[in-house]
Amino acid sequence: MNPAIASVGLGPYLFVSAALLVLGVFGIFLNRKNIIVLLMSMELILLSANLNLVAFSSAHGDLSGQVMVLFVLTIAAAEAAIGLAIVTVYFRNRGSIQVEDVTMMKG
Amino acid sequence: MSVTVFNWAVALPEIVLAVSGIIILVAGVLCKKGEGFFLAAILSLAAFVLCGFLVVLAPSGAGYAATFVNDGFARFMKELILAGGFVAVALSVSYRTPERQSLPFETPVLMLFSTLGAMLMASSANLMTLFVGLELSSLSIYILCAVERDNVLSSEAGMKYFILGSLASGLLLYGISLVYGYAGTMEYGGLVEAVRASGLPPMGLVVGIVFVVVGLCFKLSAVPFHMWTPDVYQGAPTPVTAYMAGAPKFAAFALFLRVMAGPFGSVAPRWQILIEAVSVLSMVYGAFAAIPQTNIKRLMAYSSIGHMGYAMMGLAAASTAGTQATLIYLAAYFVMNAGVFAGITAMRRNGREVNSIADLAGLGRTDPGMALALAIFMFSMVGAPPLAGFFGKFMVFAAAWQSGLYALVSIGALSSIVGAYYYLRVVKVMYFDAPAPTLDRPAPSLLFVSGGMGVATVVFAIVLGPLMSVAHQAALALAG
Repeated sequence: MNPAIASVGLGPYLFVSAALLVLGVFGIFLNRKNIIVLLMSMELILLSANLNLVAFSSAHGDLSGQVMVLFVLTIAAAEAAIGLAIVTVYFRNRGSIQVEDVTMMKG
Repeated sequence: MSVTVFNWAVALPEIVLAVSGIIILVAGVLCKKGEGFFLAAILSLAAFVLCGFLVVLAPSGAGYAATFVNDGFARFMKELILAGGFVAVALSVSYRTPERQSLPFETPVLMLFSTLGAMLMASSANLMTLFVGLELSSLSIYILCAVERDNVLSSEAGMKYFILGSLASGLLLYGISLVYGYAGTMEYGGLVEAVRASGLPPMGLVVGIVFVVVGLCFKLSAVPFHMWTPDVYQGAPTPVTAYMAGAPKFAAFALFLRVMAGPFGSVAPRWQILIEAVSVLSMVYGAFAAIPQTNIKRLMAYSSIGHMGYAMMGLAAASTAGTQATLIYLAAYFVMNAGVFAGITAMRRNGREVNSIADLAGLGRTDPGMALALAIFMFSMVGAPPLAGFFGKFMVFAAAWQSGLYALVSIGALSSIVGAYYYLRVVKVMYFDAPAPTLDRPAPSLLFVSGGMGVATVVFAIVLGPLMSVAHQAALALAG
């Protein structure tokens, strides 16, 4: 086990990442204002998983977790770009990015 | 399987598809504005056909430091996925926006890249490959949903799918991180041993598996993770909806079967009940929620939710016969679903798209050929013998019965009776209602797809023998 992890144990890392995950999920479900906040919540969720992967990778002494983090960071960047592009297109058509306005279709 | 073994030839179809995607993109950019679509679509169709042959030719085995595997199961799934992509691109050729323009030339290219991601998922032998493939497939679909840029419904569909889809991807990734942490590896081979050795799996691993199942259920639009489906199906351009109802679902099933039968196969009794519950909920919800629908794209959304429930019965059986049944079901679902979407894409009046079921009224008199094809697909969806849907349903019911899931089979049979109501209502509207104003003549590519799928639905019984032996080989390859 890596000394940095060994000194505090794996627990705090897992706790922080679980807290980030919960914040992100609640940010998505309780947010009634702006779609940009949803994008931020999504980043939180991805980063919480990243923190997990790095902590586990260090604890196992296995590099594949850190390789995965590099992939996830790349994907998160692509996802944010696509998200903002869709928000832009939506704003042009609708003139608003309030969450309560995304209700043209109901079912 | 040492780390130094690269064995690049196992991924030959994927490499060819990726390179041709980039070439088509460049070709589309070089074309004059608004004229690149046809060229890009034709080249994409050619790339799909070429890869269809390459999938058969590519050698079996593991490659890329055991992150990628090619076997009978991967081949079966890849052929289905490629067929799904092919049909969607063929439907997009004749699609016109309300301004009578074709979709942007990126549409076939994005479908191609999404298909590539789906193929990668079918071949994954490592949670890393799984995630990267899934994201390549999903990110392309987010853009595809919003590709009709001037249409507010399309951009709203893209927005909804993006938000809920990335939430699901995030949960899946969190599950992967927990599985990695508690099993110590991301390779399926290593996971099999880690799960088997642990006897009673640690809590963290179980939570991780549940997160992975939730993420995959979302991609399948299985209840209770279905809420995006009707809106996204309705808002997205019809060829994109046709795409979403095909290839990504097959890929998600490929992952499900691979992950559940492989790494987590030894703890089957612990996740079986979860899959059973999701399957029952999807079948029942798909049957009842579709009844009040008036928009045919929404109807197909609920129909696909129900079909995913039936296909999951084979997974819940957790046996070779169950895997085989799911594969047959997906093949049957592909032919009838693609046919219905060809019919929906053909629903235009004076050049404008119409999507209400009432617009089909009297189609039996105004366009007997299309009405006959749609009627065949609807009867097949109900599960009427001797059409494709009947054999799919029969196989999954039989497999679940053999595994002792009697309650599941009974609920499935009852919900397919309820489902028959809304499918047959479409047939009734077409043949017995007073004719609505005539629809436009369908484009040749739509006639080609709906005719081809109609024939495939009818003669499914004849090809069933060979198909079953291929699916059996695939299921055996998966079981090890």
